[in-house]
This record gives sequence, structure tokens and C-alpha cells, in this order.
Amino acid sequence: MNKNLFLNVLSNPLSKAGFIIIVAVFLLAMFAPLIAPYDPDDINVKAILLAPSGQHWMGTDGLGRDVLSRMLHGGRISLLVGLVAVGISTAIGILLGAVAGYYRGWVDTFIMRLVDIMLSIPSFFLILAVIAFLTPSIVNVMIVIGLTSWMGVTRLVRAEFLSLHGREFVMASRTLGANDARLIFTHLLPNSLTPIIVSSVLGVAGAVLMESGLSFLGLGVQAPQASWGNILSDGKDYIQFAWWLSLFPGLAILITVLGYNLLGEGLRDALDPRSGKNK
Amino acid sequence: MLNYLIKRVLWMVPLLIGISLISFFIMHLAPGDITNNEAAFNPKTSEESRQKLRELYNLDKPVIVQYGLWMKRMVTLDFGNSFASHHKPVFWQTTDKDGNVTKGMIQEALPITLIINVLGLVITLVLAIPLGIIAARRYGLWQDKSITLFNFIGFSIPGFWLSLLLMYWLGVMNNWLPISGLHSINYESLGTWGKIKDSISHLFLPVVIPSVTGLAGITLFVKNGMLDVFHQDYITTARAKGLSEHKVVYTHALRNALLPLITIVGLSIPGLIGGSVIAETIFAIPGMGKLFYDAVMMRDFPVIMGILTIGSALTLIGNLIADIAYAWADPRVRRGVMRE
Repeated sequence: MNKNLFLNVLSNPLSKAGFIIIVAVFLLAMFAPLIAPYDPDDINVKAILLAPSGQHWMGTDGLGRDVLSRMLHGGRISLLVGLVAVGISTAIGILLGAVAGYYRGWVDTFIMRLVDIMLSIPSFFLILAVIAFLTPSIVNVMIVIGLTSWMGVTRLVRAEFLSLHGREFVMASRTLGANDARLIFTHLLPNSLTPIIVSSVLGVAGAVLMESGLSFLGLGVQAPQASWGNILSDGKDYIQFAWWLSLFPGLAILITVLGYNLLGEGLRDALDPRSGKNK
Repeated sequence: MLNYLIKRVLWMVPLLIGISLISFFIMHLAPGDITNNEAAFNPKTSEESRQKLRELYNLDKPVIVQYGLWMKRMVTLDFGNSFASHHKPVFWQTTDKDGNVTKGMIQEALPITLIINVLGLVITLVLAIPLGIIAARRYGLWQDKSITLFNFIGFSIPGFWLSLLLMYWLGVMNNWLPISGLHSINYESLGTWGKIKDSISHLFLPVVIPSVTGLAGITLFVKNGMLDVFHQDYITTARAKGLSEHKVVYTHALRNALLPLITIVGLSIPGLIGGSVIAETIFAIPGMGKLFYDAVMMRDFPVIMGILTIGSALTLIGNLIADIAYAWADPRVRRGVMRE
């Protein structure tokens, strides 16, 4: 099933493009120390705000640092934050959704009310408030984004569990003496995996955007550590005479987020018989 | 309908309690207590202002009493005074013993954010509904494909980046639009027409950019809604009895496809309010978002807590209005068939 699914997804030109973008961005970030022409933190007072040239493909910033090198290293941070944040939110979402959908009753009611409460607090305010009370750092940003974006996954997993409830294979397994944990993790969860994957892929897109927004405001990844958001944040101060500082990091965010959105939607179409070509 | 309304309003009580618990929890996240944390960030903080903070949140009392007092503040909408901005009241105006009125910070900022978001929402809907209909009617053809591509870019483009580029292009390079604030310096000396023109040119980018990025979601939603409705039996019936395609699309299909849009607009409110932080910071618009950002940067805790609470309350009210509108528009809900 999985091999077919993979081929199915890649037969769609949009999701194929998304997949290629993600792989390319990953490789660039992974091998950043090898590819980057300069040290990303190397300050050079003789090369301040140079326009893109053969020596500095993406120019240099206000401290004479090579923008291409900072972009490559910043990509590692942006991707790391996106992936870890989604890992956290997906783990919480699976756990709460599974418990709610499996046990139902008052546990379900309680967890669903919690989801409603979290959804009614504007999440960007919530994230900023938490960071104001803690301190901005990569770890805090990952945790806070993760802790404020698990609601969608919870609803998905719960809905899947509710729809699987009472199906023959679940009954059979229970009759054979499987305990709750075994039922949840070996029978119900694997059958709910596909919508979880779709929402995680789309979640990475959202988390990368969120991190760049926070860093842009100066409340995310802190200097001298580069991330696409804080390169752009520096760039806005120089926008009148150094366009390259604003253009390239924004493009990198756009392309990366586009990649995850294309792949996520492609997966959704391939998995959901109701959407896409069958309409 | 009345039953539905009562149930719906009562339903907000547990949500409000939950919000008060979460915001209370956030206040106590700081290592030690918030007075420590504030001192760590702002070495100028005096012992006096720390004492004030302790008094405001009753940090010397047991946790359960603290929570009770916080709950009381929320219910009476009393969020105290700002630390950073000359002790202005956080929420609503106060009158001192000499009869001088000091306006509340949220009182001044909220209308600006509401106007910008409502205008933005109107523009989004005016553009998204026709685009969604076109994409659904031309499904799989070039019109649909270009709208889909546009949607993907709209979903993925960072709004603040688009703002910077447009600000640079329209404001700095070509000098067509002002790049910050709500009014020009000479605003007071302008005539009525001049004032209107001045306001429009200042609001243009802050209103249009969020609507462009929000367009993608609503367009996709309208398109999918129309595609679903096209497959319903009553559409087949309408076509079979020989109605014109125009009539089928605009009177039979559209009304049913747009119904769920009411809920989606209600659900988008927290995103709009939260999203105002970046837009208002970039364009120096003195709304809720900018107020919140400044408060976060200065660790002005009374303002942070006040906006967090008011923002959540606005979301609840927005959802309530959306649900009432839905019940009013959909006879199935109005006549007491509850939807899940």
C-alpha cells in the first residue's frame, strides 16, 4: 500500500515539485558546513553591505558576513525548529486524540473542551506571551510552537478512532484478549496514520512560518545564531540600500513552505478518495 | 431558536473558565515569580515597582486565592494600569478626582484593529467568492489550475515579507504610498476629502496584504463547497427541469455552498487578531497587535494579560455571532435540529 501511495503522490506534478523542493532544501541544510563558502559568523568590516557578486553570491550584511553562508546555516535552524515543533504537537495530538477517541465518555468531553479553549486563545498572542514570561531561545520557540498547535491532530486522531470503533478487526482483537495499549498502538493507530502524516507535513509549513515570524519580531532565534527569520529582520533595517538582505531569506521561506504545502496537499489528494480527480 | 441561543451562551462559561486557568498558568510560568523575571530583563526595575507587581497579582497570597482574585479581575474587566506607559489604565478609561479622563490602552487600540480586520475580511470575501466559483465551474481547466497555483503561493508566502517588499516598492522606491502610521503629519490641516484620501492611502497596505494572504484559504473553501454541492441530487433536479446554468449556480448551488463560510469566518478571528501583531508592527499602526508587541518587549505584564484575555473574549464573541448567523441562515438549525 505504501509503495503505491508513494508512486501515486509523485505522479501528481505539484506534489512531485513539493517533494523535490523538500529534499533539495534538506540536502542544502544538512551539508551547510561543507557547502557554505564562508564562516556564517565571520565579521568582515572591509566587506559591509556588498551587493551580490561572484565572491558573495547573495551579498554581505551590515557586519560584512556572507549572506549565502548565513542562509545555509540558518536553514538548518529553521528546519530543525519546524520539525521538532511538529514532532511535539503531533505526539501530544496523538496521545490526547487516542485517549479521547478510545475511552470516550467524560474523558473525551474533557479533552475536547480543552481543544475548544486552546482554539479560542489567539495562538500568536499566546506564543508571544509565553515567550515574554520565559526567554526567547531556539529550544523555547520549538516547545512553545509545539505546545500551541496540537489541537488539529487531536481532533483528527479522535475522529479516526471513533470511526474505527466497533469494526470487526477491533472486536476480534479485543475478544482475543488484547489490552487497551495493544489495541491502541498496534491496531487503531496504524489505521489512522495517513491523516496524521498529511497534517504533520502541512504542520511543518505552518511551524516554519511561525518561527520566521517570531524571529522577525526579535522574539525567536537570537543573534548571532542565524535563522531565515532573523536575517530578514536585519534586512528590514537596510531595505533602502540593501535589497538582497530582504529578498533571499523571504524567498527561502516561501520556497520551503511551498514545498511542504504542495507535498501535504498532494498526499491528501492521494489518500482521500473523495477529493481530487474523483470529483 | 431561543433554546439554542441559551445553550450556546451557557456553553461559553466553561470556555471562559478554561481561558482564565490557562492565562493564570502562563503568568506563573516565569522562573521564580514574575517580579524576578522582570528584574532580570530590565535592570532599572525598582524595588517599588516590583512591590506593585506583587500587589497587583497578589503574589504573597496562596495560589488558590491568587486565582480567585485573577478570575475576579477578568470578570470585572479590571486589568490594572500599565507599568511602562505612564500608568495608563490597560482596558477602559478612568476618571481621577479632578475629573480628568485617561483613556484606556485597549479602548484606544481595539477600534483600529477591528476596522482594519473588518475591511480586510470584506475585501477577502469579495475576491474569494467569485474566484472559488470560477475554480469550481472550470474545474481542471486552466482557470482552476491558475487559481490553485495562486492559492498555494498565498498559503506559503510570509505576510511580513510581502509587506516589506510592497512597502519598499510602493513606498520607498516610487513614493506612491506612505509607509507607516495612520495619518500624515499635516492630517489636521486637510479638508474632509483630503482626510479621507490620507486615511485610505495609509490603510491601503495594512488592509490589502493580510487579505491577499487570507484569500487562498477562503477561495479553496468556496471551491470545495461548490464542488460538493454540484454533486447533490437537487442540483441534478434543477438542471433536469431545464433551469438556466446561471440560475442553477447562483440561486441553487451558491447559497448552500456559502453557508459553512459563516463558520469559517468565525473560526478565522483568532488568526486575524493574532496576525495583527506583525502587520501593525511593520506599518506602525497603533492597534492591538502593536500594543501587544510593545508590551511584550517591555515586559509590561498588566497589558500582556489584558490583551490576551480581551483577545480570547473577542474570539468567543465572534464565534457566538457566527453561530447565531448560521442558525439564522440555516432553517435546519433554526428549527432545533442541532448540528454537531
